[in-house]
Amino acid sequence: MRRLAILLLLFLAQPLLADSNLPPADWANRQLPDPAQEAQAQALMAEIRCLVCQGQSIADSDADLAGDMRDLVRRRIAAGDKPAAIRGWLVQRYGSWISYRPTAEPAAWPLWLAPFALLVAGAWLLRRRIRLRAPR
Amino acid sequence: MSRALRFAPLVLLVILLAGLIWRLATPTDTVVTSKMEGKRLPAFVLPAMLPGKPALSSQDLAAGQPRLVNFFASWCVPCIAEAPVLQQLKQRGVAIEGIAVRDRPEDVAAFLARNGDPYQRIGSDAQSRVQIALGSSGVPESFVIDGRGVIRYQHIGAIKPADVALIMRQLEQAR
Repeated sequence: MRRLAILLLLFLAQPLLADSNLPPADWANRQLPDPAQEAQAQALMAEIRCLVCQGQSIADSDADLAGDMRDLVRRRIAAGDKPAAIRGWLVQRYGSWISYRPTAEPAAWPLWLAPFALLVAGAWLLRRRIRLRAPR
Repeated sequence: MSRALRFAPLVLLVILLAGLIWRLATPTDTVVTSKMEGKRLPAFVLPAMLPGKPALSSQDLAAGQPRLVNFFASWCVPCIAEAPVLQQLKQRGVAIEGIAVRDRPEDVAAFLARNGDPYQRIGSDAQSRVQIALGSSGVPESFVIDGRGVIRYQHIGAIKPADVALIMRQLEQAR
């Protein structure tokens, strides 16, 4: 009875994010013949955020849209576009959110300052400890 | 070490926990908005999705009158819910153009036969290229394009019956 109920429940399951029936785009899962270009494409793809699985890069994501974005990146690199130009093109459309590389925007300043602040705090702690241990 | 400083780790822990609880209670917004609103529509030419239905290019969208461009797909469940609302907009005189994302003609034909066809033209965007060029991140999504070919408004997700007034207002403002 219970098994039957579970089996029936399975028929109710609906995929929440359906995927299309089309095969992946030409360059979604294929490397460029030129290793230098492929390396450029890989480096950029690792720093572009997937729009579907938002914690992943398009290099890691299995989403259809990520495949289409890999296709776009490889196609443009093969056509001679600079990675910075492709990144800029995407940022123009989706905002700096799409790129994982930290920028110099004011919102990112704490990120750049944090290592120095931690170093200063560490040095201060260390100094106190040494002073406490040192015989008077 | 002073007494106040002794409690510093505990204070830090409390701050950290408060931050975690706050973020768990109010998760960040995962909706990705297009930054192309107010900008000119990128040039594109899409092939026709169905025989007997005109193809779609960016030139068709700068023809003097505001238009609603609807990204949809036969494999998209919310698009089924949106279909009657698009039909309603069509009846109110809205020019609706379709862009079918990653789809096959037979699937689109079956989808339209089942859910109605509100589109004047349907372009086939097999590799999501136009979708990415417009800063769109999923289906369904709709854009109001004014008569000069400028993107005026992006609607993310299905257009619900309650959104009809909003869409009509956006189209009126784009006139």
